[in-house]
Formats: sequence, C-alpha cells, structure tokens
Amino acid sequence: MTSNSAHTGPRRVVSTVAADALPDRAAALLAGGARLALVAGHDDRPSGGGLRTVHLFVEPGTDVRTELHVHLDPDAPSIPSLAALSFPAGRFERELRDLFGIEPVGHPLPRRLVRHFHWPRGWYPMLSDAGPAPAFGDPDGPYPFRPVDGPGVYEIPVGPVHAGMIEPGHFRFSVVGETILKLKARLWFVHRGLEKLVEGRSPAEALEIAQRVSGDTTVGHGVAFCQAVEDALGIDVDPQARRLRAVLLELERLYNHVNDLGALCNDVGHGILNAHAQRVRERLLRLNEQVTGHRLLRGAVVAGGAAVARLPDPTVLAEAAADVAEIADLALGHSVVHDRFAGTAILTRDQATELGTLGYVARASGLDVDARHDHPVLPGELPRAVHTRTEGDVLARFQVRREEIDVAVATIAALVEHIHGPAHRTDPRGRRGAERSGVGITEGWRGTIVHRVELGGDGAVRRLKIVDPSFFNWPALPVALADTIVPDFPLVNKSFNLSYAGNDL
Amino acid sequence: MTALGVVGGVLQAAVVVGGAPLLLGLMRQVRARLEGRAGPGIGQPWRDLRKLLRKQSITPRGTTEVFRVAPVLLVAMTLVVAVVAPLVTTASAVPAVADLFVVVALLAHATVVIALAGLDSGTAFGGMGASREVTVLALVEPTALVAIFALSVPAGSTSLPAIVGTVLDDPQRLISPTSLLAAVALATVIVAETGRLPVDNPSTHLELTMIHEAMVLEYAGPDLALVELGSAMRLSVYLGLFTSLFVPWGIATTATPLALGVGVAALVVKVGVAGAVLAALEVFLAKLRLFRVPELLAGSFLLALLAVTTAYVLG
Repeated sequence: MTSNSAHTGPRRVVSTVAADALPDRAAALLAGGARLALVAGHDDRPSGGGLRTVHLFVEPGTDVRTELHVHLDPDAPSIPSLAALSFPAGRFERELRDLFGIEPVGHPLPRRLVRHFHWPRGWYPMLSDAGPAPAFGDPDGPYPFRPVDGPGVYEIPVGPVHAGMIEPGHFRFSVVGETILKLKARLWFVHRGLEKLVEGRSPAEALEIAQRVSGDTTVGHGVAFCQAVEDALGIDVDPQARRLRAVLLELERLYNHVNDLGALCNDVGHGILNAHAQRVRERLLRLNEQVTGHRLLRGAVVAGGAAVARLPDPTVLAEAAADVAEIADLALGHSVVHDRFAGTAILTRDQATELGTLGYVARASGLDVDARHDHPVLPGELPRAVHTRTEGDVLARFQVRREEIDVAVATIAALVEHIHGPAHRTDPRGRRGAERSGVGITEGWRGTIVHRVELGGDGAVRRLKIVDPSFFNWPALPVALADTIVPDFPLVNKSFNLSYAGNDL
Repeated sequence: MTALGVVGGVLQAAVVVGGAPLLLGLMRQVRARLEGRAGPGIGQPWRDLRKLLRKQSITPRGTTEVFRVAPVLLVAMTLVVAVVAPLVTTASAVPAVADLFVVVALLAHATVVIALAGLDSGTAFGGMGASREVTVLALVEPTALVAIFALSVPAGSTSLPAIVGTVLDDPQRLISPTSLLAAVALATVIVAETGRLPVDNPSTHLELTMIHEAMVLEYAGPDLALVELGSAMRLSVYLGLFTSLFVPWGIATTATPLALGVGVAALVVKVGVAGAVLAALEVFLAKLRLFRVPELLAGSFLLALLAVTTAYVLG
C-alpha cells in the first residue's frame, strides 16, 4: 500500500500512495482516531512534477501527523472521493475541484464551493499556469439554490450586504411561518487568493499575509504559520518563546470572547451588557497595544520566536475577568436573556462529531477537541477548562466561552511567571538548500488552525495551505438551525461567530 | 366645535409634530447615559429628519401607490388623533372623532397602512415584517379597546374628553383597581404598538429580528423621514393619551392663554417623564423570543378584561 515511506521529523509520517489506495489508507487512519486536518492541492509542474494532493491526518493525544501524498496525471487529474468516510473531506475535495480542477470521483454532491457564478469556465486559479484572472464572462453555468416546496413555504434571501458591520455572506432561508426548514449559507464572497499571493515570497513576507487571513485571528494564524515554517526548517523553538506565544494566543482569545459575549447580549436587545463588555474589550485592546504595540497583536510572533514590548499585567487581566464574570452573571440571571439562549439551535454531540467541528462550537457540544492539549507545544503546562454545560445550544456556547475567559486569564498569569524578558528568538534561517515541508497546528480562539507549508530550495514559500476552523464549523450552522425560528438566526450566528475571510482564502 | 377646541387642536398638533422627534431623542439619550455612553443629544432625530428630507426620493421598482402614500397616510392619521385627542385640552376640535373607538381605529389603521406598504415592496423582509406587525396588532387592539372601555364605564361615555373630564372631577377613581389594571394593560399596548422592548428592538441592525423596521426597510429619503416622523408621533400620541387618562392634571379646561400654556407645559413634562421612565426601564429589558410575545399580550388582554369586570362589579 505504501511506497516511499519516510519520516520527516519526530511526529510526522509522510507516505506517497497511489490514488486508488487512498480511501483504504484514509479509512484506516480515521478508524484509528485520526482527524482529517487538511487537504491541499499542489501544482508541481514548475519543478518538473505533476499535480499532487496532500491529505494530512492528525491524531489527538499521540500527536502523530500522517500525510498521504497522491500524484496525479496533470491532463486528467482525479482522486477517489473520501466524502463517504469524512464530511470535511468532501468539502476539501470540492475546494480542490474549484481551485485546481482535480475531480473527486464518486463525490455524492460535487457542487461548487468556492467558485461563484461569475468565475470563468475552466479557469483554475491555483494552477501554476492560471495567469492573471481573466475578465468575467462566459460564466460557469447556473448555480441554483435547491428550492423547498410545500404549502406556505417561502424564501428569505439575506445578504451578502448586511445592515450591520459584518462580513459578506448570503443566506437563503426556506421558511414556513417563522420556522426555518432549510438554510443555505453561500459564502466565498471574499476570495483574495492568499495562498497564491504567498507563493514565491520569503517566510517573513508570507507571515505578514498569514497574520491577515482573518483580522481577529492575527496571532492564531501567525503562530500556526511560524510553527509550519519552523517544522520545515527544523528549528527548535525555545520554551520561553513558546510560552510567550501561548500568552499572545490567550490575549487574542480574551478580547474576542469578551466582544462576543457582549454581542450576544446585544442581539437579544440587552444593550447595557454589551456596552460594558465593549468597555472591557477596549481595556484589553489597550493592554494589547502596551504589550505588542498593536491593538490586534500584530507583529509579535515571528519565525523562530516571539517578541513583545512588555509582558501583560495579570492584575489588569484579573480585573477584566471579574468584570466579565459579572456581565455574564447578569446576562444569565436575566430570565428573558436566559430564555433566549437556552435550548436555541442545538448542535448535538453526534452532529458535531460527524461534521468535524472544532473550537468552542465543538466543546459546547461535548467534544473534547483542543489543539493546546491534542497537539501540545507546552505539554502539561496549560490548564484545561472543564465545561459545565455541553448541550450544544446558544447557552452552552456562551458558557464555554465565558469559562475559557477565566482559564485564559489563569493561563497567562501562570505563564508570565516563567517568562524571563520580553523577546525570545532563535535564528529563523535554519538549514537551507533542501526542499522541505512543515505543519503548524495551534488553537486559535475559534478553534484549531492548521498551516502546511512547502519551502523551495531558495527558502521561499512554494505552497502554503491554510485551514481556519471556520471551514469546518460553517456547515454546522445550518444543521443547528433546523427548526429554529428566523428571528433567532442572528443570535445563533453570533454564538458560532465564524470567520468569512478565514473560510475563504 | 369650541374656540378652546380649535386653539387646543392646533396647539396639540404643533406640540406633537415638533416634540415627537425630541421625545425620541430624549429616550435615546436617557438610554445612552444609563449605558455609560455619551449619546448624540436629544436633537439628533430632528437632524436625521433634516438630512433625510434633503435627499432624493426613490421608490423600489414594482411598487405601487400603496407604497408611496403610506408614509403620508401614517402621518396624517396620527395627526388627526393628535388634533382631536385630549392632550393639551379636554375640549376637542371635532368631538365626534375624539371617541375611544375612532381614535384606536385610527392608530390601528396607520399600522395597517404601513404593513400594506411593507407587503407592497414585495421583498421578503417587507412581508415578514408585515406578518409580524399584524400578528402583534391583532393581539394588541382588543386590549387597547377593552382597557379604555373599562375607563369609560364610570364616565358613561366612550368620548375620550368625557373620560378625562370624569377623572379630573373625581381623582380618587385613579387609585381604583379598574384604573390600575387598565393602566398596566395600556402600558403594554403602548410598548407593543410603538415597537419598544421587549416586543421589538428599535435600535437593532439585525434585519431578521425586526418587526416595525423590517416593513420600512425599502423607504429612503423624504419618504423615510415621514415614516420616522410618523412613528415618533405615534409614540408621543400614545404616551400623551396614557398620561391624559391616568395623570390628567394640568390639562386645559378653559380657553385662557394661561390655561393653554399650562396645558402645553404639563403635556410636555408628563410625556417627557413617561418617555424617560420607559427608556430607563428598557435598559433592564431584553427582547422576548418572537413566539413569547403573544403570551405577554394575552396577559395584558386579561388585565384589560379584569379592568372592565371590576369596573362593573365595583361600580
């Protein structure tokens, strides 16, 4: 089954498999408890190869990362679909098909994912010979929504431009009265071609782009990218730097969680709690600025380490956490707010597992996924939150995030004690010459972020594949919304708070 | 038609039109201050109206006259109520119109007109908002009628000036069970009809949760200004009626300039205080789940029914 098995690093196993052997290998890995973390397409034609796909499976606990490389015929690229084995695989394959023209054979629903109606027919932007985007026109066929029929069923189209300051996404509700029968979320309005943009750039330049994958996840994507580069170059990062990165990740988690707890209260019309949550958030952003010189923590993480201006003051964070605890208590003590949250849009544990959800969405449904512990960079140093409510409703997602705020503050306080000095860097140049690949996995505030990078002989990025947890979590939103009423949608959407930009690179 | 009625009617219309946006501004300012925000000041709604009035008037393709006349009708019907209802004076310019049923019907009619305009826009939001608004309206109107009817029993007349006059003659009636039950029921009606929390959230940007705002999403420019003005006037008229029915002191009964001046000042103060209290209470409220709204309104209808019952039983 396997050919050319080789170890690259202590935890990563890279195998090249034939296309028809892929499903069996994948099935064995998934049965063994691994999770499909990433599927990347590669166009190796500039370096004399053909097309290639990389399936990355990761095992929580043991942290064994298994890569299955499949080489494809560039003239008729196709791989057997893994959609029957794993739901996320089916989505990755649709993405491959849209961006590389690689056909997933046997896919049950091979519809377009990334490609909107106006994308030119037969133009695959990630191929090396794609060239600049041709003018719109010759659209690639119809792209209909599936109609829902029945007496009294009507459709509500919402977006992609919304009344509030939110990212663009189109939602098509099929509704009876006020009850949602079906929701189709059409995203991919913000395709910036990031993965293409980083090709040929140095890791330092690519890091600037990685930090901007999703504006609220600067550190998460920065750390994941740096880990991937360090893995590729064989750089062993100093534990001090790893702790500093963990502190930065928790700072990012803090301000985002605080913001969303307030926003959830605002969405049920309880504005005063939002006003106070925004006050706390502003305090945290100013703390971020003191720590890193940037309110959104940009620029602190670098390949080989991390550097800040000063370490965060745990007493300030403890005060913020106390304020948030009071806000959350007031929210849940309010009978109407509690009523709006409790039992709304339940994502069951089974659904969360099947869909491969990550982050607080998964944890609120009782899944124990957390890259800080499944793929630890500081084994045994980070406390693990115990979540009191795992029913998968809006209330559970609220509670999980509230509990994570306390854990984040405790984590920062504990880590800061063990960090000596504000800057810790290892020479990021590492070894040059060889073509190398690396994988970075980190727990951003939304969930597990995975970057896989391949560096060329000159040290430049040849291919970077970015996977934001939103890619895994978006399909869970319509599932949770079945039989929910339309006016509860904004609340539910906020309780998931998925990234449109992180989903659409 | 008396001199007092005519002068009072003109004054009432002027006070309501000029003061309604200020009342809205006051309520927003109270809320902002209580939430620890600076707030835009109470003149902001008027500044918004001025801005909207200067803009170009556009209507969506496919809409009919219903969409175009609805803002005018909304303002006109509310204005009629503002003229005839006992706000500044107990004398009415057109006493026959100052009847309980006519006033409630006029106010309900204005809602229906806007709901029709929402349907006419042909968008999903317009239809959705209209459906929700009419649901609320259907539950609210009986409550409004029954509650005011309870107050009319002691007066022996459904004429609003007569009801207010009876209370002025015998203020002790105000602390009767009838009056208190009717007051709570009417307060709920006002909250529901004017789209305040916990029934509707007037400050939300979330299209899918809106009731009133969803119907008027397609309006722009001067039409939107009229809709906003009409909504603000409805709020003022409702609060004015409420204060006249339950706190009638200061209302002018003679046509002297002093009495009218006192009447205007009393109306402004009373409605201002009522609006501020409403805004302050809203800070502590959250929006009910849409399907819980009927429970609230059914409760208020029950109170109104009890008010009528006690009015007959306790005399």
